[in-house]
Amino acid sequence: MTIVNAVLQGIFLGAFYAVLACGLSIMFGVMRIINLAHGDLAVLGAYATFVIVEQTGASALIAFVVSLPLMIVLGYVLQLTVLERSLKAGILTPLLATFGLSIVVQNLLQLAFSPDVRSLGGSAGTITTASWQVTSGLSVSALGLLVLLVAVLLFGGLQLFLSRTRVGWMMRATAEDADAAELVGIDSRAVYARATALAVATAALGGLFLGIRSVFDPVSGPTQLIFAFEAVVIGGMGSLRGTLLGGIALGVAQTVGAQIHPQFAVMAGHLLFLAVLIVRFGGARLRLRPV
Amino acid sequence: MQVQRWTRTSRWFGAAFCVLVVVLAFVPLVFDPDIVQKLTTLLILVLLAVMWNALAGYGGLLSVGQQAFIGIGAYGTVFFAGQGISPYPAMLLATVLAGAISLPISLFALRLRAAQFAIGMWVIAEVISIVVRLDQNLGAGTGISLIQLNQYEPNFRQAYTFWLALAFTVIFLAALFFLLRSPLGASLRAIRDDEDAARSLGVRVAARKRLLFVLAGLGCGAAGVLIVANTLFIEPTSIFSVQWSAYMIFMVLVGGLGTFEGPILGAILLFAIQTTFTQGGPWYLVGLGATAALFALLLPRGLWGVVEERLGLQLIAVGFRVVEKKPDA
Repeated sequence: MTIVNAVLQGIFLGAFYAVLACGLSIMFGVMRIINLAHGDLAVLGAYATFVIVEQTGASALIAFVVSLPLMIVLGYVLQLTVLERSLKAGILTPLLATFGLSIVVQNLLQLAFSPDVRSLGGSAGTITTASWQVTSGLSVSALGLLVLLVAVLLFGGLQLFLSRTRVGWMMRATAEDADAAELVGIDSRAVYARATALAVATAALGGLFLGIRSVFDPVSGPTQLIFAFEAVVIGGMGSLRGTLLGGIALGVAQTVGAQIHPQFAVMAGHLLFLAVLIVRFGGARLRLRPV
Repeated sequence: MQVQRWTRTSRWFGAAFCVLVVVLAFVPLVFDPDIVQKLTTLLILVLLAVMWNALAGYGGLLSVGQQAFIGIGAYGTVFFAGQGISPYPAMLLATVLAGAISLPISLFALRLRAAQFAIGMWVIAEVISIVVRLDQNLGAGTGISLIQLNQYEPNFRQAYTFWLALAFTVIFLAALFFLLRSPLGASLRAIRDDEDAARSLGVRVAARKRLLFVLAGLGCGAAGVLIVANTLFIEPTSIFSVQWSAYMIFMVLVGGLGTFEGPILGAILLFAIQTTFTQGGPWYLVGLGATAALFALLLPRGLWGVVEERLGLQLIAVGFRVVEKKPDA
């Protein structure tokens, strides 16, 4: 029964990783770049929510909704100032620029909020503590279910957005071939900016869940980035549906690994990631098609 | 038309460099141990920057995980010294160990591209760090001292470590210098400029990259060895910290990616910044990160790239230059 419980908790944990990874997957799918500051943007989103909670005493979920427009604007600005320029400059420049950005964000957070750990758990209401005991060894937490539900809705919604809406078509067209899309009148700059704004918004959602599930501090970002990237790679780079499954596979690997030895949890996820890379090395292909 | 390697400047500079090395070798005999320790730090930075540049500047391999080899070098030294090997030979063994481990890693890491390679290396560093943390004999998570070095009197210890740092720096700089001047060097520069074009001309890209990867593994291992010899204490969180990659990226980007002189310049700059703002602190790191990002976006070939372009200056004769032959009188 413990292994069943471990797998179940892994699915809940993995849904959280999938939400974190979603934005990374979108940006890779559309622009073929990996934003090394993605984890730090998630943590920044968590801090934005945290500030609103502190100032107004509102619930974390409501505070998140208020902070979301700010994060979307930030995504636009990020694209127009840093990423757009780096896209033109070759394959390494986006990595270098976003790595620099990552250090800037971490240390600005350090200056603004001190290195203390924070949590949104206390301000999210009863959802953080409620759970159902199914059998003696098996429990389902309300938060786990909520994250899983949100993840499924998020990925499902994105698939619908990409397959059914005009903006989604433009995004797919630009992902397939930006120059050809330009020829038929699609403004790739605008598409890229929207994709980044969407990615930062989902990162902020990941940050919210991070804050509710556990704690965060200014340097939590790199770990979140690694987990998100592992989810993207395990699921297959450029595939959104894959990212959801990849996140869940990573979560299950970690919770099952923890059964072997508590310190083996993160290691098991890393090993799964490296194993997938070995099996599929260099097999990055652009697949941003609907399900 | 005539192709030339050495210029008057590079000849003078080559000679000046040799004189500098000899002068540096006398530093421990003249100056206080704390100055010697600081200069050892500078040499470590030079070594790290040059090695990261060998990977990224010539191989197009952007690694965020070179701290894996720094950690192997440092922990390897502690491990071998713990086995009863005298500390300085243990350091050489640890360097070789880092190089040896880089070979199997290269077999699969080099198959990865851009971000996959960058973060793949980072994960490998994390895995090695977890393995070290699980080992009680290596101090687990709390760190471990290189107590065997206490058998030397502090002044001598600092001097030996400095000489080792100087030797490592000279050896790795010379290795890269001769590598770049050899026929292999032309193919490395071809890969730097355009990997696909180089491959289509028959350059064995994979083998060349492996060479650079193992060289960088050895070099970063040597840097790790020097770090533990210089500070006498290591713990997994800091020695396997991604901060090392941040420093390397800063030095190489500011100095000049893909130039020989640039990373050395970048290391001197970082060292100057570190000694000026001794407190470190978040503002200093904000500045470091922002500067690196700005250089990546606006001046991708760094300060030395500008010098090279504007002045046509080349201090180290690793390239070729075409000169117009004077018409016969």
